[in-house]
Amino acid sequence: MIQAVMVMSTQGKPRLLKFYSYQPPEKHQDLVRGVFQLLSARPDSVSNFVKVDAIFGPGAKLVYKHLATLYFVFVFDSSENELAVLDLVQVFVETLDRCFKNVCELDIVFNFNKLHTILDEMILGGQVIETSSEQIMRSVEEIARLEKQSNTTSLIPKSISERFSR
Amino acid sequence: MEQLRTIGRELAMGSQGGWGQSKEFLDLVKSIGEARSKAEEDRIISRELDHLKRRLADPDVPRRKMKELLLRLVYAEMLGHDASFGHIHAVKMTHDESLPLKRTGYLAVSLFLDERHDLVILVVNTIQKDLRSDNYLVVCAALTAACRLIGEEAIPAVLPQVVELLAHPKEAVRKKAVMALHRFYQRSPSSVSHLVSNFRKRLCDNDPGVMGATLCPLYDLILEDPNSYKDLVVSFVNILKQVAERRLPTSYDYHQMPAPFIQIKLLKILAVLGSGDKQASGNMYMVLGDIFRKGDTASNIGNAILYECICCISSIFPNAKMLDAAAETTSKFLKSDSHNLKYMGIDALGRLIKINPDIAEEHQLAVIDCLEDPDDTLKRKTFELLYKMTKSTNVEVIVDRMIEYMINITDHHYKTEIASRCVELAEQFAPSNQWFIQTMNKVFEHAGDLVNIRVAHNLMRLIAEGFGEEDEGADSQLRSSAVDSYLRIVGEPKLPSSFLQIICWVLGEYGTADGKYSASYIIGKLYDVAEAHPTDDTVRAYAISAILKIFAFEIALGRKIDMLPEIDRNLSFLNGYVQQAFENGAAPYIPESERSGVVSVGNYKAQDQQETSAHALRFEAYELPPAASQASISPTTDLVPVPEPSYYKEDHQMSRSQPSGDSLSGEFGLKLRLDGVQKKWGRPAYSSSSTPSSSTSSQQATNGGVSSEVGGSTSSQARESTYGSKRQQATEVSAEKQRLAASLFGKADRKAQAGRKTAKESSSTEKVATANATPQPAKEQVIPSAPPPDLLDLGEPVSSSPPLADPFTQLEGLLGPASASPVVSETPASSTSKTPDLMSIFSDDVQTGVTSGSTEPSLGVNVVAAKKGPSLQDALQKDAAARQVGVTPTGNNPILFKDLLG
Repeated sequence: MIQAVMVMSTQGKPRLLKFYSYQPPEKHQDLVRGVFQLLSARPDSVSNFVKVDAIFGPGAKLVYKHLATLYFVFVFDSSENELAVLDLVQVFVETLDRCFKNVCELDIVFNFNKLHTILDEMILGGQVIETSSEQIMRSVEEIARLEKQSNTTSLIPKSISERFSR
Repeated sequence: MEQLRTIGRELAMGSQGGWGQSKEFLDLVKSIGEARSKAEEDRIISRELDHLKRRLADPDVPRRKMKELLLRLVYAEMLGHDASFGHIHAVKMTHDESLPLKRTGYLAVSLFLDERHDLVILVVNTIQKDLRSDNYLVVCAALTAACRLIGEEAIPAVLPQVVELLAHPKEAVRKKAVMALHRFYQRSPSSVSHLVSNFRKRLCDNDPGVMGATLCPLYDLILEDPNSYKDLVVSFVNILKQVAERRLPTSYDYHQMPAPFIQIKLLKILAVLGSGDKQASGNMYMVLGDIFRKGDTASNIGNAILYECICCISSIFPNAKMLDAAAETTSKFLKSDSHNLKYMGIDALGRLIKINPDIAEEHQLAVIDCLEDPDDTLKRKTFELLYKMTKSTNVEVIVDRMIEYMINITDHHYKTEIASRCVELAEQFAPSNQWFIQTMNKVFEHAGDLVNIRVAHNLMRLIAEGFGEEDEGADSQLRSSAVDSYLRIVGEPKLPSSFLQIICWVLGEYGTADGKYSASYIIGKLYDVAEAHPTDDTVRAYAISAILKIFAFEIALGRKIDMLPEIDRNLSFLNGYVQQAFENGAAPYIPESERSGVVSVGNYKAQDQQETSAHALRFEAYELPPAASQASISPTTDLVPVPEPSYYKEDHQMSRSQPSGDSLSGEFGLKLRLDGVQKKWGRPAYSSSSTPSSSTSSQQATNGGVSSEVGGSTSSQARESTYGSKRQQATEVSAEKQRLAASLFGKADRKAQAGRKTAKESSSTEKVATANATPQPAKEQVIPSAPPPDLLDLGEPVSSSPPLADPFTQLEGLLGPASASPVVSETPASSTSKTPDLMSIFSDDVQTGVTSGSTEPSLGVNVVAAKKGPSLQDALQKDAAARQVGVTPTGNNPILFKDLLG
């Protein structure tokens, strides 16, 4: 099971946090800090796997990918295959790239809700449900299209629409 | 330039507002990015939060704006700020009929809340309604939120709809419904157990995505109860075959691999189903062989599948051909340059050696490389492998390696783990007790605070008990070597508390036992310990009782030691406490001699007291009793309250305060020692000291002299002998202790002598047991004198006591096949010949494979007792035999391994 997905900048700023197993909100920053310290201490050209049972509890491992100014981190337990998760990170990044055309950190900062949408298509309740980036893109685009259609109504202030709905 | 470009991009995005982000949000992100300090960032965000609080409560905000405000709130919370005031707004937004708002609401809710949150109850209703929606996106959003927010109690409320959705025309919905059901199953298996059959049905879904998603819950179910899913083996194998043969739509291809994630999941499931099941495994060999053949080692995902195949093969019923293929792939992994693949290779190797330990042999170089690798992850993984491979023949190298690594890491969590592994391996496989103690010392020195305190107690007991040998000489030799090493270490700064406790205890017990170190030297060291750790009461207590013990020994031997000048004989440090007690209304202490009505025998002191402190409460009438008590010496013996006299003495006569100290330390372990006393010295000892026990001070002084003479005479022969006998002297001579014994045990003393056994049972330490030389198995006797033959020392069969590391033994041990032991019968006499056939190691004509050939009937010989420290002779035999048969890695130049030899 995947326990968490994190995207953070190389300065240690969280860009996206999604926890699939419950973590109390006040602990989130500690987790981010712990992971960041771990990753920033690792040299380049070493393996992408780290055991993190000190941070996430027994058996927890993480796979990370360092791309430009970002770390993409997937935390999971022993039921996943490290290499496969590494490719899952790749799927995620490829999907982002398709979505934003040459994705950069700013895209991710400003559109973190879109990142959540993409992740929700890939992972649900900690289980991987979709691994084809093409398929993911299709769903995301459809969501965007349908959202745009219904967008027109939302320009009206809510007090007015509430009055209408009464 | 780069900055300009990003600014341009920001502007473009700001103006286009593609995802509804406004200039304000842009500014917020930018100002946070430019913040120079954490404080500045916090200021910016709390300003933002104030703003959001106002705006969210404002009814005139356009609804589209609401969405953005909420997203900003999510952002602020992600940065670690409390946004709980906005949670209710998120919940409200899930009610909105507009899709983007509803989705944003669900997103925010599932990020803000969890199933235990109070507000969830408000969301459940909405989820329920939305699951029935016509818009599949709404349904999807509701299902996603349900996965996160529906707790055990809420499951029945949404369960019927979720089950209905399993048949939804949209595959995205079916997929999510399967996952939601799985999630409910994880939360509360009982509430959905009747629906488990739905997962089987969904396995036949025509959409590969849904089928793939169904594998997740099935995997969990099969893990729990593989037997009820054995009928699915054939279906899983079929699916895997079809996937591997590219029957799925190409959109599921990933880097030219057909649906790799589905393949991996299937392999995981097959591994569980085939475990220990020959028939089920038989169905799998074909497809596994196919996958191996088609395996693509160039891409990452191809390797992921191959790795999963190896895992599967090592888990199912073993098949020689499959294992060969797995071993071959493993060696490819290990030879790869990629750290990731090496990591997987080590992991795979760890799985394969469980089935066939020989596999490790050919990869020894690669394994050692990984151990040397700068990559910490890889190193740890390799240690894990070594841990699995440890045997009594290689434990020394492996544990030494582990300790060396342990010293250099700072990660507490891992340090604890590796320290406890060292302890575990050392306890299980230690080749000699000497080595065990040295290893434990190292572990304690570097990670003492992280190890279970039980281990420290074990070590102390081991040193005290000896090793069950009758040969006391070996035990005392070991003790003095422990003392030596501790004296060396004790001065070092920052030793862990539990290690200091051991050190103090051992120094106290055995510090002066072999006469190498003077008592004052040891006491000085102990004093330093107590001084250096003013806050650690336990260590100080250990140190103090150790000092007292040494004094007791010295007194017992009739030596006079100078008390450390630092000791405050007037107990002035208690003045404050006393003063405070007075202020609180405590009555001042009245010396016993001055109390009315109490005729104490202790008032032989009264003469001294009278001059100094007794004016206030003295009455002439009481002059008489002292004389009386002096007159009647012997009859009062048994009535003497023991501690008081000793207490007085501490004040007045320094040299005699030691016995009192001993009686103090006696509180911890004294009973036992008295047992010993009675046993060996029995009545004479008892009677000799019974006389002085209640005499006047002058009498006592002489008696002290007498007793020390006794001690001195015995000391010459008993000096280097066991602790027990020394202790006997100590107790025998120390008059205070005799009295304590008399008062504590009284007449029962003599009875106890008869029923000594019962007394021993009740005693807490086993020291006496050793002193009594209870018969113990003597098989470990050989240990210190017969280390494995040294490679460089061909002529000399026996070397000195610390077993020298033989490079070949180490290597064999580390990577040699486990079948090293069966070989013994080949050369039963090898232990006597002692000169190992070295040539056979280097001659290439000796095949490695011989091992397995020559292992026939010898099992009876080498059922080695796996007690702590198996017989070294056996190990020696094995070792020599193994070499003659050529088990040692044949083609490898030993110099390559010099890193392993330190």
